[in-house]
Amino acid sequence: MNDGLMIEVENLTKRYSGHAAVSNISFTVRRGEIVGLLGPNGAGKSTTMRILACYLPATSGTVRVAGLDVYEHSEEVRRRIGYMPENNPLHYDMRVREYLKFRARLKGLSRRRSRERVDVVMEQCDLTHVSRRIIGQLSKGYRQRVGLADALVHEPELIILDEPTIGLDPHQIRAVRQLIKSLACDHTVLISTHILPEAEMTCNRMVIMYEGSILAADSPDNLQRFMSGHSQILAEIAAPLEELNECWAQMPEVEQFDVSPAEGAYHRCALTPRDGLDLRPRIYELARQRGWLLRELTRNRHSLEDIYVQVTRPEEEEES
Amino acid sequence: MQAYLTLTRRELSGYFLSMTGYIIIAAALFLMGLSFVVLLEKLQLEPTLMPVTELFYITPFFWLILLLSTPVITMRLFALEKFSGTFETLMTAPVSDREVVLAKFTAALVFYMIMWLPLLGCLLIVRHYTNDPSAFDLGAVGSTFLGILLLGCLFLSLGCCASAMTRSQVTAAMISLVFGATLFLVGVLSSQLPLRPSWQTQVLAALSFFEQMHDFARGVIDTRAVVLYLSATLFFLFLTLRIVESRRWK
Repeated sequence: MNDGLMIEVENLTKRYSGHAAVSNISFTVRRGEIVGLLGPNGAGKSTTMRILACYLPATSGTVRVAGLDVYEHSEEVRRRIGYMPENNPLHYDMRVREYLKFRARLKGLSRRRSRERVDVVMEQCDLTHVSRRIIGQLSKGYRQRVGLADALVHEPELIILDEPTIGLDPHQIRAVRQLIKSLACDHTVLISTHILPEAEMTCNRMVIMYEGSILAADSPDNLQRFMSGHSQILAEIAAPLEELNECWAQMPEVEQFDVSPAEGAYHRCALTPRDGLDLRPRIYELARQRGWLLRELTRNRHSLEDIYVQVTRPEEEEES
Repeated sequence: MQAYLTLTRRELSGYFLSMTGYIIIAAALFLMGLSFVVLLEKLQLEPTLMPVTELFYITPFFWLILLLSTPVITMRLFALEKFSGTFETLMTAPVSDREVVLAKFTAALVFYMIMWLPLLGCLLIVRHYTNDPSAFDLGAVGSTFLGILLLGCLFLSLGCCASAMTRSQVTAAMISLVFGATLFLVGVLSSQLPLRPSWQTQVLAALSFFEQMHDFARGVIDTRAVVLYLSATLFFLFLTLRIVESRRWK
């Protein structure tokens, strides 16, 4: 049953007093993957993560982590999970080292092991030089790293990070991303974010959520390919208008085309290829054969941003 | 067990890492000192056969300290963690709900006993100045502290329960103060009522905290009271546990 699957979510539903925060979602995460839960605020990402981390019970459906049910084997599951909640709550009155040691001991590490692990994670998260500072006096970036260090301290198999880069400056975001990527070799990571480039850069796979349901789940590349059916190729060619029109009309791979004059002898051709084919080599070859001057040839790739906006856009808007 | 000890230590150090712990101890110390001023004044006027602990108990300060300190000690236990969000990191660590409740209660109880330690100093000072070794009778002092401990268990478990119910420390303190004061007033009421053989007066007599603590201060250990306090403590701790668990009810 547990063939390399770290997380198995089946028909998960969570209702808060009648209102469904998460409705009937299913997804799986394999060992060693970095998966991003992506969605606007209120999409149900945090709720899903809280259920995975055994903080909240599911209303219905089953959730298994490493083959263990999160409700039946709650403590065993918690031992395998490193969870950093949204807004990263910490004991602000404690010192960094003291806090991490407290957390390590709480998670059942022996005295010696906890000392070793605290040193390792402080090194990993670049906290060694602030180990004696009081957490409440640290900057947000450092606090975030303390939260991360806490999630890592007991060497969990699965790391769940709820919005790990929120409120950080670009340098800190880069550092946190680096850290997350470096974890990928021997941990499974589930992160949630509403910032798309973040997911695009760090994750092997993305699960896009909206209003409690999953809209799409695939690798960033596949999601892009899926969308590229609507991509366009732009070419600026110095050639007579009629010749261009005739040429595109004869090409079977071109679904639609639009030729408009640009400055000088150039014309701007916008081509929509069939089935998301890449027509650029064909166009270059054509220009060479006919002796046209070609000064621009680009493919308008739909960025993930477009996909994201498209799938999470409210339906009314699409209808209108 | 390890999680329980770790958590107890953290909770206990929490009192001393913030100002709360010092303020509570200072306030209790002030009231204790005041009560001993009253007590020594009385002793100067007329000699008495009562042990010093009983003399201390019949000043009004004892109940004031007990009723005011317990809500303040317990209010932070759950409410503060829920408010700051650290409750989530705590409950997603591999610790059982029972360990959490017990650790928090133990920490509050240990702090509460530390708060009462200056009473020993006050008693020793009285012995020193009266030159009467019987003023510091170990038995009476022991039973007084046992009474303080048992009453503390009861009021602190009540406070734990109140703190688990809410996210606001002020609300938690209010709830436990109201219930604590009610218990105390029931105790006072039962000592005021004439003993008539009806079931109401019998129930009230069983709840006469005021008289029971008086016995402890006199050096009398009444097992009925011990059983009452321990079982009430267990009841409130059980209630707290259910409240903490209710988060995970489907």
